[in-house]
Amino acid sequence: MNMMTKNLVESGFDVQRIRDDFPILSQQIRGKPLVFLDSAASAQKPRPVIDAMVNAMETQYANVHRGLHWMSERTTDAYEGTRDAVARLINAPSRDEIVFTKNTTEAINLVAYSYGRGIMRPGQAVVISEMEHHANLVPWQMLRDACGIELRVAPVTDAGELDMVGLEALLVDRKVGLVAITHMSNVLGTVVPAVRVAALAHEYGAKVLFDGSQAVVHRAVDVQAIDADFYVFTGHKLYGPTGIGVLWARRELLEAMPPFMGGGDMIGTVTFERSTWAEVPHKFEAGTPAIIEAIGLKAAIEYVEAIGFDAITAHEGRLTDHALARLSAIPGLRVLGAAQDRGGVFSFTMQGAHAHDIATLLDRQGIAVRAGNHCAEPLSRRLGVDSSARASTGIYTTEAEIDVLADTLLRVREFFT
Amino acid sequence: MPEAFVQPEDPSAAAAIAAIGEELDVFDDWMDRYQYIIELGRKLPSFPAEWQNDAHRVPGCQSQVWMEAVVRDGRMLLAGASDAAIVSGLVALLLRVYSGRPPAEVLATDPVFLRDLGLLEALSTNRGNGIAAMARRIRDVAQACTAAA
Repeated sequence: MNMMTKNLVESGFDVQRIRDDFPILSQQIRGKPLVFLDSAASAQKPRPVIDAMVNAMETQYANVHRGLHWMSERTTDAYEGTRDAVARLINAPSRDEIVFTKNTTEAINLVAYSYGRGIMRPGQAVVISEMEHHANLVPWQMLRDACGIELRVAPVTDAGELDMVGLEALLVDRKVGLVAITHMSNVLGTVVPAVRVAALAHEYGAKVLFDGSQAVVHRAVDVQAIDADFYVFTGHKLYGPTGIGVLWARRELLEAMPPFMGGGDMIGTVTFERSTWAEVPHKFEAGTPAIIEAIGLKAAIEYVEAIGFDAITAHEGRLTDHALARLSAIPGLRVLGAAQDRGGVFSFTMQGAHAHDIATLLDRQGIAVRAGNHCAEPLSRRLGVDSSARASTGIYTTEAEIDVLADTLLRVREFFT
Repeated sequence: MPEAFVQPEDPSAAAAIAAIGEELDVFDDWMDRYQYIIELGRKLPSFPAEWQNDAHRVPGCQSQVWMEAVVRDGRMLLAGASDAAIVSGLVALLLRVYSGRPPAEVLATDPVFLRDLGLLEALSTNRGNGIAAMARRIRDVAQACTAAA
């Protein structure tokens, strides 16, 4: 046991014990131990999440908010319990401000529709940044084209950090109604200074939305400390199931915003002439929701809370330092971005080797990485790369796995030199 | 202009598939196998720069693949290229199987051989993969030829 591992064990963080909770990680791929470095795309699921979902289906399943019978009441309690868990996770002032969506993409589309079309007016503007995932870009383009709302793009520096001066320059005419920015880049790992961004947006009269898809996995998030107006994330990157995501927004915003979709469960009364809406958050949850997935998300939140974000951030910080040291020692390899505050996402290019080739060769050694533009095509263009390979870490990633990656990349390099 | 189309070296598509299988079998290790595949890509006839455009591009987000097809004397002749080395090698394998064959033979030759040889896991489902898309386009061209005939 080296010093680093020893310290982590003493602080209560035992990565081997955590790995034992993830059944999939013990698999062999093509005769090699699985080295899963694609958690930024979707994370693996621990046993408590799997068990919670199976258990719900086996013992207490019915539709929610509808039946007066035992099964429905039990299921409704479990489903609604997730709202409390999410509120605790991000320190939301009220559980009623937690809206369940399918994923981050749907949450942003909801805001673009209900806030963008419902509250903003033509001539106003939305600000995003150059390092947004397509999920936080395309909905705003659609809003722009449908409603005459301008879309402005804040620059990132060569180091891959949000250019705060450039951001402020876009806000000074006070036409901006909403700043929608990633809290942590899915390509560069850059952690955006959310408190400063929110303060700046508010200074110029704009609301602020953070795409927390990556950040919520790696850092303790406090929407009140940030002073955010909207915060969105997805369950499946947080070791939970697919099909469940979250929108948090201030109650007064949710109350002012018109519904996104119409249907059952989101109404007060319905006649052929008109309908009235349910109270928030139910106003935004039309139709039968992802019940089992919500129950799984609660188990995922409880799982990471039990480990604790202090331990998670410390573990991932050490992994990040180790990965950057190993990767930057490989000749011809360029790690994209060099932000001061960054998490476990490493996109890289290798001289003479296409990202697709790198990913294919790594896969043959049991190493899972992503190749392409990572759903952030404009950022690739800004960085001057066609495509890159991306390795990303989770709570279960070990330094030994980073070593396997780096050693294999050295071998891959021989192919192309 | 030098010939960009691949001339057949095996007597039939089926013979080409069998020969590729034997050649790949020589290697015990996938890293070595890929080294060989990359070599095949490097030996592809050069793909004219004026064809490297959207009209010749096969959709796929992980790497770029271009192809061109003509019919001469009842045989489909194919040219192709990619910006990625392994993908270029897979393009070379596809062209070795399909280029220079009558459209009917192209249609009769299922691209499933790529999966059988362990070269492509998800032939029809992975939309990011330009090779699967190229295999489909080759078949579409052959289909159009037989429909027109």
